This record gives sequence, structure tokens and C-alpha cells, in this order.
Amino acid sequence: MSEKTSGAVSKLQLSTPEISPKTVSKLITLKVKRYDPDAGRYKLSIYRISVTRFDTVLDALLKVVRDQDHTLSVRYSCRMGICGSCAMMINGVPRLACMTNAISLGDVIEIEPLKNFPPVKDLFVDMDQMFRKHRSVKPWLIRRDEEEQFTAKKEYLQKPEEVDAYRLFSTCIKCGACMAACPTVASNPDFLGPMVLAQAYRWSADSRDEGAHIRFDIVDNPNGVFGCHFAGACSAVCPKNSDPALAIQLLRKSILRGKR
Amino acid sequence: MEILRYDLVILGSGLAGLRAGIQAALTSKGKIRIAVLSKIHAMRSHSVAAEGGIAGVLYPEVTGDSFDAHAYDTIKGSDFLADQDAVELFVKLAPEELRFLDHLGVPWSRTPDGRIAQRLFGGMSIPRTAFAADKTGFFIMSTLYDNILRFDNVDIYHDHMATSFLMENGVFKGFTVLDLKEGTLKVFLAKAAIIASGGAARIYGFTTVSYAVTGDGAAMAYRAGIPVKDMEFIQFHPTGVVPAGVLITEAARGEGGYLINKDGERFMARYAPQRMEVAPRDIVARAIIREIMEGRGFIHEESGLGYVYLDLRHLGEEKINTRLPFIRELAKKLVNVDPVYEPIPVRPTAHYTMGGIHTDTYGHVMFDAKNYVPNLWAAGEAAAVSIHGANRLGSNSLAECSVYGRLTGEAAAKYALEASSSMLELSSSLEEAVKREEKRIFDELFKTETNAEDPYQIRGELWRTMDTYVYVFRDEKGLMEAGRIIRDLKNKYKRIRVDDRSRKYNMNLREAIELGNMLDVAEIVIVSALARTESRGAHYRLDYPKRDDVNWLKHTLAYYTPEGPRLDYIPVRITRWKPEERKY
Ligand SMILES: Cc1cc2nc3c(=O)[nH]c(=O)nc-3n(C[C@H](O)[C@H](O)[C@H](O)COP(=O)(O)OP(=O)(O)OC[C@H]3O[C@@H](n4cnc5c(N)ncnc54)[C@H](O)[C@@H]3O)c2cc1C
Ligand code: SF4
Ligand code: FES
Repeated sequence: MSEKTSGAVSKLQLSTPEISPKTVSKLITLKVKRYDPDAGRYKLSIYRISVTRFDTVLDALLKVVRDQDHTLSVRYSCRMGICGSCAMMINGVPRLACMTNAISLGDVIEIEPLKNFPPVKDLFVDMDQMFRKHRSVKPWLIRRDEEEQFTAKKEYLQKPEEVDAYRLFSTCIKCGACMAACPTVASNPDFLGPMVLAQAYRWSADSRDEGAHIRFDIVDNPNGVFGCHFAGACSAVCPKNSDPALAIQLLRKSILRGKR
Repeated sequence: MEILRYDLVILGSGLAGLRAGIQAALTSKGKIRIAVLSKIHAMRSHSVAAEGGIAGVLYPEVTGDSFDAHAYDTIKGSDFLADQDAVELFVKLAPEELRFLDHLGVPWSRTPDGRIAQRLFGGMSIPRTAFAADKTGFFIMSTLYDNILRFDNVDIYHDHMATSFLMENGVFKGFTVLDLKEGTLKVFLAKAAIIASGGAARIYGFTTVSYAVTGDGAAMAYRAGIPVKDMEFIQFHPTGVVPAGVLITEAARGEGGYLINKDGERFMARYAPQRMEVAPRDIVARAIIREIMEGRGFIHEESGLGYVYLDLRHLGEEKINTRLPFIRELAKKLVNVDPVYEPIPVRPTAHYTMGGIHTDTYGHVMFDAKNYVPNLWAAGEAAAVSIHGANRLGSNSLAECSVYGRLTGEAAAKYALEASSSMLELSSSLEEAVKREEKRIFDELFKTETNAEDPYQIRGELWRTMDTYVYVFRDEKGLMEAGRIIRDLKNKYKRIRVDDRSRKYNMNLREAIELGNMLDVAEIVIVSALARTESRGAHYRLDYPKRDDVNWLKHTLAYYTPEGPRLDYIPVRITRWKPEERKY
């Protein structure tokens, strides 16, 4: 880029993000286990890459894509931990790449596609089945009077403590990390899984909702809430601290209480 | 090649697209088939990133707020470039939308008696911004996504990227669409369509927006002969975290946060003595850059970026945890700063595209001042209605997405209900257009050339150029230089090469296509900015520092020509508020 710019503008633009006079950086190794769809198997790619103090694992991967290997496919979008795109296995644990600092993980970082999901290409996995399960529990606000629901004249009042009954579970970004950590999902692909069950509870616990009994019928079986063995791995890995294990417990309690 | 036929196709599944889809499903009562396309998984759309809130006059009897007050704030904020009839319509419908979203299940932050809580936002004269903690966009998005699943006549196509519009005799016919998962090109034919593909701020390197916000809708419309309006107006949000660019919501200042310089001074007192930190964004952004420029900022060691501090410490831990929990999480994770104990380093960052596809007051797409594309609508950040004029007020965008999602969803569904199915035929000339697009993508981008150009290097140059010359302050020389560089990059782009030869989830290919769109949009921004020899809202020219209502109270329309954008202008619609000097 030409340095000869208009005096006024160049004085104002103190610098651009690319100009880094004092970058504190370090060389690390990324070992990426990636799925090759044409060969139908995994292969390992190893990259040496320089990262700075604040670079995340996603930043490191995107540097690899930019400077070393244009063919590496990574799913990402917001890079601020809110869109749920970038969950992957980082040193064996399902985490969001964009919210995981790279340097603090040491000299070698091992990256794999998210477990318990069919691989598609490199770090891309197929989430269709998870989203089909999600849809199957009717994750929307159910009202007996739909006509009234869709012609809102006034808001439904909801006290802060009523919001608290479900707020935690509404923070789920559907990243799938909990599904990857869950031992039941690993052994029974038909198990709805923590994200989906937590969402069934989230909607049922909303004071504006009138459809709990419908959802309870859907999840009241061994592939639903009674498939959970309370391993708790889901809540341990959830990047949003949304505590799906707690939601499953509350869901099970509500169902059992309904039966009494 | 696979051809899919729908009564209505919606491009984009952000807040605007999903709201449009729900309204179209309700309006048509299941009688039309609707497709929603998204180049990423639908619920990952950029709208999830919105933090601070959504504006609407909810309780005028309690707060003393009014439609007129919201309209006036919006128009003044826009530096009088907004179309006032559209603003009046918008403020009336906004509260209905907030209630509608409540009826779908948004987990609003509430007052003790159960009503929807509202907070102060920049440029708003009264607290009228409803919110759900500091993840309002995320909560609205996930609520809309969940709720659209209830409709059986809506098909969502995740990872489907539109690459061009198909048009014939001034009528919209459909899209060519790359199925990213399979790597095949499909044709979607539609009786009616809504473009809700979001903004374009990724033409900048230092930006708040997600990587997918590449201006595809505007670029495709432009290449199809539809004008793109007011693209010189790019909003720079005052508080992007240094060095990542990630947003610290304006709500941080709305809740009482201070901006301080090196001398520990609340410098906004010099620039907007009354509104201080909650003055509109263009004013605060310029103030920060002036402070840095005059040596009262800090310099970030690693990136070399100048910055000032956003100080939240006096708000206390409890307020930060209940009102701004996400900000705390982001600052800790991204720059290792806990805002309860330390101030956050910030500087202005590219954030929002005021301009977009040219529409009328109702979101109906137009070729010029008079002629419509009969079956095409645009909504959300992709459209320029124009509600925001030269500068958007924070929290007006989510409200616009919802209001215009509803309006266009309803209008397009009604059109589709009446339209004949002969509209869904693929003529031989359209078939030719599809073949040309296939060739462009699979032959031209995939070709192996010996001296091919690297798309990521071109993208880096684009980012540097926009960050340097087309930022908060602009002038003729800088813009000319930017124009020269972009034209050079466009030539290089003709010789780029996609290294990844695989079909499935080929990110290299997707990013190469996006780059083509970004270059087109960047050129429009630069050419429009160079022509506008005045300063208005977010467009500030050092060589023309005054607003000039005599010559420039008008909207820019940019039209495609092979030599670059051709500009035309149309008047601003003024109803009740005469332009006046803007003071805060
Ligand atoms: C960090 C941040 C915080 C914000 N906070 C606020 C706030 O508090 N209040 C407020 O009012 N506004 C806020 N905004 C602005 C607001 O979030 C956006 O203007 C708004 O979300 C845009 O929504 P949209 O539906 O128009 O587009 P988007 O949400 O960007 O969605 C675009 C959709 O189009 C799809 N798409 C794009 N191109 C293609 C293609 N070629 N083919 C197929 N699909 C395509 C995408 O996949 C996506 O689904 C914020 C913005 C940012 C960046
Ligand atoms: S519960 Fe947590 S880990 Fe599971 S999908 Fe939601 S955010 Fe991800
Ligand atoms: S990129 Fe969105 S969560 Fe990581």
C-alpha cells in the first residue's frame, strides 16, 4: 500500500490493525485432525504458527488458513462466543475456539472436529440431526389461543423472578459442546441429548407458556429425560454456563410431580 | 442442475429474515410455500451479536414518551437525511413489534411489576430501549428461530449461499444458490422475494460484525441493475475493544459508563456538553479520534492502535453483573480486563451500514424514484428505506429489522398468494444466465493459473485501505487513493485462485465469492463518499467540514456500470421536521 497519503488523513489514522510495532508473539504447534470426505477418513495436519498474547484458537486457525493452508475448512462467524459456530475438540475438550485463548494452552494444541456428530469436512460436522431433535420438542411458546398470541395488544406481564425460572436455560447458543461431552449421546444416537432436553425445559418453565404437558409427553421416555444418567459432563463443558444438567433434573422432577 | 420452486424466497435468516418468514407464514395461513436461505446455519446469523437493545415507545402514559419524540430523535440523529414518512411509520409499529416478540417468548429484562424494562441509549431523549440483559439480539434471534420451526410451510436452507439474482424484464425471478454442504449450484425460482441479507461492515478489518457480513445482497442487487442507496454512510461505533474490534455495547455508557483520556478527563464535555457519553455515535467516534490525534489517547503496544478508556468501575459489580454480564465476560476473555476493576481500552470500529438496497417507505425495492421491481422487497440492514439517514441511533436497527420484516413479509406473502405459477418458469435466457454463473464459479474461480492472485492477500489490502482512508475522517486525496487501490484489487481479483479443490464445505470458495462482493461494495462506498462534498452524520469530510443542505439534502443512488458506479440522486422526504443544526 502506498505511504503517500493526504497529510490530514494519515495524521489522523494513527495506525491500522495490521501495523504491529511491538507484537509479543510466540510460535506454537497446531495439530489438526481433519476429515477428508473424498477419502472417507481422518488425516492429521501439523502447522507451526505465531500467535500473540490475545489470539484465540480461532484466530490461530484463521492465520493458518490465511498464510499456510487455504484448504482448511473451519466453521466460524461471530468470533465473540455468541453464534455457536465454532465448537470443536481442543485438547480433547469441546470448547468454543473463539473464546479460548491460544497461548495459555501451551506449545502444542490438538484440535479435532466436535465428537458425537458425523464429520463432513475438516472441522465441519453435520448438526442436522441435533436440530431435528431440537425441533421435535416444540421449542416455541405454546398458547391455547393462537389468534390472541399473534395479535399482541399488550405484553404478557412477567415478574423478574418468573424470568429467573428459565433465564439461565435461554442462554444456550446451541453450539453442541454438551452433546459432544455426553456419554449417553455417544452410546445412544437416538437420545435427545442435553441441549434438546434443556430447551424442552426452558420453554415449559416460561410463565407465558401453556404447552408443558405436550413437551413432557414427548420427552417422557428412555430416549428422552429418562435416558440421562446425570454424568454432568454437559454442564462442565458448557461455554455459556447454561447448566443443561440442572435443566434435565428440573424437567425430570416436573414430569414425576405431574404423575403423582 | 436442481431447480427449486417456491412462492416466496427470503434471503437471510437474521432478525429481519426470520421475522419476515413468520409474518409471511401467518399472513398466508399455510397457503404458500416459503424458503429461507442462509449461507451459515440460520440461527448463527449475525443478529445474535446485537447486545444493547431494541427501541420502541412502550409506556407513554408512564414515561411521558411519544411517537413524535422517538421520530424527532431518529431524524435529528440521522442528520436530517432520514425519510420522515418512513420514520413516522416505523415509530408507530415498533412498540407493536416489541409486544409481538414478547408473545413469542423473548426473555426481556423486566421491571419489578412485570413490565418490559427500558434503558437509555445514545441520541434517545428518554429511556426507550427495551433489552434482555446485554444479549438482546441473541435472545430475539433464538426466540424467532425457535418459533419459525412451528410452521410446516417454511423450509429453512442452512449453508445455502446465493451468488446472483435472476431478473427478466424488470421482474425478479430467483437466485442462483451454492449449496455449501454439497458444493453444487442450485436454482431457486420465486414468485416473490425478500432480501434480508444484512450489512457490509466486513469490508473493514477493524469491525464489530461477524465474518459473514460481507454485503452480498447489496452487491448482487447492484450487479442486477438495482441501485444501492447512501452507501457512504458507514457507522463507526465508538467503543470497539482494542485490539479485537469486538463491540462493547452503547448500553455500557447508557448505564452510566465514562469515556476518559490519558489525563483521566471525561473529554466528552468538550464535544457534547449536555449528552456527554450518550451523544450519537458519529459525534462520540469523532471525539475519540480527535483525542487520540491530539495526543491525549493511549497507544496499544502490540497493535499500535490509539485508544481511550471506557470506565465502568463506578457502576459497581452488581450492576455490571445484572445489566452488562456479557461485556464482563468478553472483556475478560478477549483482553484479560475485568471491567469491575479496570477500564476497557476502546476505539471506534466499523459497525453498521446505513445504506443499502433502495426501497420505498414500505420496503418495496425500486429502480429509481418511480419504478418498482414488482415482486421484490428488502428488509433490515440490507435495505435503505431510509430510517437511519446519515447516522443510525443505537437500538433502532433491531426495531427496524422487526418492523420491516413484518411489513415486507406481509406484502410479499399477499403478492405471492395472487401471483400465477407461470412466474416460476425458467426461460431459455434465464437458463443462459444460470450457465454463465456456473461458469463464473466453477471454471473461473477454480481455474489454475500460474501467476494467480491470493484472495486472502487481496482481502488484507482491502481491509487496510478501508481502515485507513475511509474511516471516521475522510478527505479527497485519501478517497482518491482508496479508489485507485480498490480498482487495482478488482483487477487482481479477476486472476484469483481457489486452492481448495474439494466440493464439500469449501470455505476457500465461499470466501472468494464473498471477496468479489466486498470489492464491489467497497467501490460503491468510496465513489459515493468522494462525490459527497459535505459532512453529514457518519460521513465526515475534513475538506468539507460543514453540512450543506442546499446541495446535499438528498440520497445517493449508485448504479452498476462496467466502468464502476454511476451516481444519481433523489430527494429526502420531509414531513414535519425542518432541518436544523444538530447540537447535543
Ligand atoms: C456487535 C453488534 C451489536 C449490535 N447491537 C445492536 C443493538 O443493541 N441494537 C440494535 O438495534 N442494533 C444492534 N446492532 C445492529 C444489528 O445487530 C444489525 O443491524 C441487525 O442484526 C441486522 O439484522 P439483519 O436481519 O438485517 O441481518 P443479519 O442478522 O446480518 O442476517 C443476514 C442473513 O443473511 C444471510 N446471508 C447473507 N448473505 C447471504 C448470501 N449470499 N446467501 C445466503 N444468505 C446470506 C446470512 O446468513 C444471515 O442469515 C449491533 C450490531 C453489531 C455488529
Ligand atoms: S447447553 Fe451449553 S454446551 Fe449445550 S448447546 Fe447450549 S450453550 Fe452449547
Ligand atoms: S465464532 Fe461464533 S461462537 Fe465462536
